[in-house]
Amino acid sequence: MRGKYVIAGIGHTQFGRLPGRGTVSMNVEACRNALADAGIDKSVVDALFVKVPTSKYQSMYGQTLAEAMWMQPKVGGVWDQGGATNISTISFACMAIDAGQCDVAIVCLADDPKTGTRQAYEKAWGDDGAYGWFSVAAGYGMTMQRHMAEYGTRPEQFGEIAVAVRNHGANNPHAALRVPLTIDKYMQSPFIIEPLKRDDICLVSDGAAAVVVMSETRARELGVKAPVRILGFGQGQTSYDVPYRPVLTETMAKASAATAFKMAGLAPKDIDVAQIYDCYTIAVMMTLEDYGFCRKGEGGKWVEGGRVAAGGEMPINTSGGLLSETGMPGLQLVMEGVRQMRGTSVNQVKDAATCVVSNQGGIMTTHSTLILGH
Amino acid sequence: MSFPLPEPTPISQPYWDALKHGRLTFQRCRKCAHAWLPARAECPNCLAAEWDWTEASGKGRVVSWVIYHHAYHEAFRDKLPYNVALVELDEGPRLITNIVNPEAGLKAERPVTVKIEDEHGVALARFALV
Repeated sequence: MRGKYVIAGIGHTQFGRLPGRGTVSMNVEACRNALADAGIDKSVVDALFVKVPTSKYQSMYGQTLAEAMWMQPKVGGVWDQGGATNISTISFACMAIDAGQCDVAIVCLADDPKTGTRQAYEKAWGDDGAYGWFSVAAGYGMTMQRHMAEYGTRPEQFGEIAVAVRNHGANNPHAALRVPLTIDKYMQSPFIIEPLKRDDICLVSDGAAAVVVMSETRARELGVKAPVRILGFGQGQTSYDVPYRPVLTETMAKASAATAFKMAGLAPKDIDVAQIYDCYTIAVMMTLEDYGFCRKGEGGKWVEGGRVAAGGEMPINTSGGLLSETGMPGLQLVMEGVRQMRGTSVNQVKDAATCVVSNQGGIMTTHSTLILGH
Repeated sequence: MSFPLPEPTPISQPYWDALKHGRLTFQRCRKCAHAWLPARAECPNCLAAEWDWTEASGKGRVVSWVIYHHAYHEAFRDKLPYNVALVELDEGPRLITNIVNPEAGLKAERPVTVKIEDEHGVALARFALV
């Protein structure tokens, strides 16, 4: 399947605070924009893969959305792996098309935790609420602390990631947060859940995004102007909640990347630019290690000296990621991967021909990997 | 102001009852001897539904910890900054807890011993650095 399927179009709403819209309306706008970007009519779409919104659970949400677009998809519904959902559904779309189940698929998500409820991110973890164990952030803090204890990773090294990504976002007119960051400002950033500083933590944003998936052959028939080839994909579900995973500093991102790299026939050294899910800086650090850009525990040293910043050896999150562009769970990273391969990023990496994208959800509980390329 | 107290189920009730009587317990499988917390109906290792509550030595080590500088629930506002730690018991099960004497130097791998404390009428399994 390597290179046989493409992302034919991308679309999104504004990012930030979008009161009164609701997720269905935002999803429809993103789908409309993705169809326009692909230059196709909705009548050719026969599959609709949707991420369940976290701010408000609704039964059969995929069909609610299909109805809003007067669609009767052959394959359609919601999938829930949190932030890992989007790349997983892109891979399911490719597999469904390959199996003759459908022809052209839309993959989309919308959420409004900024104007709606952040309950999903701030609630107690069952009975452990009695010990004050609240929030998604705390799990990342627990993992970050262990990484620091086990490998001597220093706050400044997490800061390298935050500074690079925030500065990329400052250059992106669509980014919700366009305030650049320095290492000094990062170090002065207050602790929220120590060792997590405010600037280690992503935005909370309303918004929607959509991508269109089809075969390269179909894209040619439909006259799609700028299709981007999907070279590989993979998944890995850690599943254990943070306290119970055997090793706190390792996740199934490793298996996910291994599957994707094998399918693409590539290795980390062949990658020109990366979009790494940056809900928290520790997630980026561990993903870079698990993907094999460096060895486990060496992520801190590896990111030093601007390696992951624009102009560095391996720029990451060139549109600002979750830390700056939008807190939306994942599809912004896929869209930026597409722009890098088209040569249209605001922080374009010269001659970039390969891009790896990571999506993950929960507290590194779920993971999916996508490799795009020429 | 409501404190977020545990909500025991038929499966977890014995755990909370034992704590009330000063004993920290965990589940051990009768088929494969796997030991675990928190309470669940089946052994996550071999999936058997036959197990016993076993008393723990109360000894363990710190795996990791965080310090909250922000309260996600009003009941914890007065406690800021407070720690939440992950402890692995010598017998294997892990639990989320608080370290009662963090000033003694909270560090990964430091040995701890259980210190059961009352919290709004419920006995919680907290730990002390030794």
